[in-house]
Amino acid sequence: MFRNQYDSDVTVWSPQGRLHQVEYAMEAVKLGSATVGLKNKQFAVLIALKRAVSELSAYQKKIIPIDDHIGISISGLTADARMLSRFMRTECLNHRYAHDAPMPVGRLIGLVGNKMQICTQRYDKRPLGVGLLVAGYDDQGPHIYQMCPSANFFDCRAMAIGARSQSARTYLEKHFNTFLDSDLNDLVAHGLRALRDTLPNEVDLNTKNVSIAIVGPKTPLRVCDEAELTQYLSLVEGEERRGGGAAATGDAGPAPEAGDERDPQPQVNNIV
Amino acid sequence: MSSIGTGYDLSASQFSPDGRVFQVEYAAKAVENSGTVIGLRGKDGVVFAVEKLVTSKLYEPGANKRIFHVDEHVGMAVAGLISDARQIVETARSEASSYRSQYGAPVPLKYLNERVSMYMHAYTLYSAVRPYGCSVIMGTWSDYEGPQMFMLEPSGVSFSYFGCAVGKAKQAAKTEIEKLKLADMTVKDLVKEAARIIYIVHDELKDKQFELELSWVSKDTKGRHELVPKELAAEVENQAKQALADIEDSDEGDM
Amino acid sequence: MAFMGDMMNPAPLWHNGPAPGAFYNFPGNSSSFGPINHTVQDFKAHSATPITTTTTVIGLKFDKGCVIAADTLGSYGSLARFRDCPRVLKVNDLILLGSGGDYADYQYLKDIIEQKIIDEQCIGDGLQLKPKSLHCWLTRVLYNKRSKMDPLWNNYIVAGIQDGEPFLGAVDKLGTAYEDGTIATGLGAYMATPLLRDAVEKGPLDEESAKALVRKCMEVLFYRDARSFPRYQLGVVTAAGVTVEEPVELKHDWSLAHMIHMK
Repeated sequence: MFRNQYDSDVTVWSPQGRLHQVEYAMEAVKLGSATVGLKNKQFAVLIALKRAVSELSAYQKKIIPIDDHIGISISGLTADARMLSRFMRTECLNHRYAHDAPMPVGRLIGLVGNKMQICTQRYDKRPLGVGLLVAGYDDQGPHIYQMCPSANFFDCRAMAIGARSQSARTYLEKHFNTFLDSDLNDLVAHGLRALRDTLPNEVDLNTKNVSIAIVGPKTPLRVCDEAELTQYLSLVEGEERRGGGAAATGDAGPAPEAGDERDPQPQVNNIV
Repeated sequence: MSSIGTGYDLSASQFSPDGRVFQVEYAAKAVENSGTVIGLRGKDGVVFAVEKLVTSKLYEPGANKRIFHVDEHVGMAVAGLISDARQIVETARSEASSYRSQYGAPVPLKYLNERVSMYMHAYTLYSAVRPYGCSVIMGTWSDYEGPQMFMLEPSGVSFSYFGCAVGKAKQAAKTEIEKLKLADMTVKDLVKEAARIIYIVHDELKDKQFELELSWVSKDTKGRHELVPKELAAEVENQAKQALADIEDSDEGDM
Repeated sequence: MAFMGDMMNPAPLWHNGPAPGAFYNFPGNSSSFGPINHTVQDFKAHSATPITTTTTVIGLKFDKGCVIAADTLGSYGSLARFRDCPRVLKVNDLILLGSGGDYADYQYLKDIIEQKIIDEQCIGDGLQLKPKSLHCWLTRVLYNKRSKMDPLWNNYIVAGIQDGEPFLGAVDKLGTAYEDGTIATGLGAYMATPLLRDAVEKGPLDEESAKALVRKCMEVLFYRDARSFPRYQLGVVTAAGVTVEEPVELKHDWSLAHMIHMK
């Protein structure tokens, strides 16, 4: 990564018209572990790879429920994610209270984007170093949105963010045409396969390091418990993997992976 | 150019020795890297066309619009940093709403333009903030004023235009626009021309995927800003693709 | 560094400067000196009486939608002062709103509701405000105002199509909210309600019979309500959309007046 004199404040434009602080914040998202979001005609699903700071600690939660019909999966600085989730929860609650109806997902995303943008334009603030995948269900059907530290957001058919997520995105790009017509089980299976592609060969998905959340019609957001996880994992057990994690390009971040489930960056334990 | 800037270009509140504010110029660079946006003002209305670059197959088609409604009668097409642009859109909506609440009438575009460009300009005055990295084009049609269109730049400067272009291919687009006799054309003609120009200036080699967004506000829409109806948009897009294919064929013929 | 507000709510960087929708008051201006500028005039509004008032609103649900009717008189106490005060409002393609009570309070909320709809159109995501949501929002607003001892002195009827089904609800100045198949406010609550309920109990109504019933009620109310007026407006909402008709004149027949003997 290059350093230059235009990257110390978020209020400084570089001569090429770039905001380096914002770009650095987007790097923080790539430090977090991978998470995948995808949807079919009815359901939106989030699948996340949890990380444990040490053998003694529990795996850090990646999926945060926002309302009955919206959940988010985070990658990056957990503290920033907490602030965003608190804002989103408040907005959803206020909307439900005043309008007796769940907040349309797209509108919530717009509000969050505008809030995040304020942090990218003042000298005394920094961009929020967390990327979100938002899964929601409203009158228009299921949605998957990706939110970036640049305050940009994207309406996606499927998406993956986090460390080594390029492999997951490659998998998703290959298969996304089949998602709309898949049933829920196939959809989750696709997501698990995409997530597995981000792992190094020695590591595999298990009920401890995977988190799945599902939302849909008459299906309030539910983060799966161990029994359901076992059931979904059995759908993809023993399958051959395409493209191991080590072969991923670009967004792998600095350190090469040691061959275990804990990521070898213990000093960055505020990133999940 | 940039060598003179060194040392005087870290803050918006500093002039360089030759009297330029480099931070504002750098912000304008951010606009130059975005997809092309053109605005055409004709006899009876205004048309916007946006070359919306699609950077991933995983994004939903039709999402992340770059044309916004501000109140019922004003349309805004943006280029540059999208998150900055969304703030400008919110600002404009807030101004339009407060004008409506104070004066009981839809905000005249000249007034809205004043307020929004003063707001963008304020962000170029202080070191505590940075200039907005987006250009916006606003347009409307009204019974008493006819069609109007303004373009606002990151420096806060704004002019009224008959035709304007911002973004990657703005030079090529401007050349094409200058060939048109805008004052005599209706929005139906303008929509065709706008689509054609976007297709011509789009760089196939560098950015493969793009979506064309079209919107208009005219006498026929009774002064309401709307996205061009799907059937018409598809039709003009096909015509534009055809026109492009004809040009390429004729080029090959020349070889 | 002084507390700058949290990440999600940063303190403003400058005061009196450029802000969306505000007048710009740059420091150093003569207008920013002096006592006039510093004290914000503190009106404690306690709306104790409505001034220009409107009378009954009637709402009736039928098989495929709802109808609302209200006359066009604004009374100034007992004076029949303003004869063209329309109070049946098309909110959007799904909602019809009728109002009775203080006319100024209705005009105030009308502007706010219209702006709400404009904001929604600007978002342009295809989702429209639904009648139940407007009903809930109105309840919150009216209840809040009354809790501050400053009520908006109105009776609202919200009619529309909620998820394919007809919806009819009322909210009053206290924030009392309820839904029903037949609603009448003001004097109509005593005069029109029995007529409406009788008809509904006999069986479901279609659009034509619902409109005829409502017109009948408006006629009865004109005979008996001292603050009523023979010109009234009818609004109908169905899945096909909302129509608010032009005000029509009631045909009233006083020929039986000679039968009324005063002793």
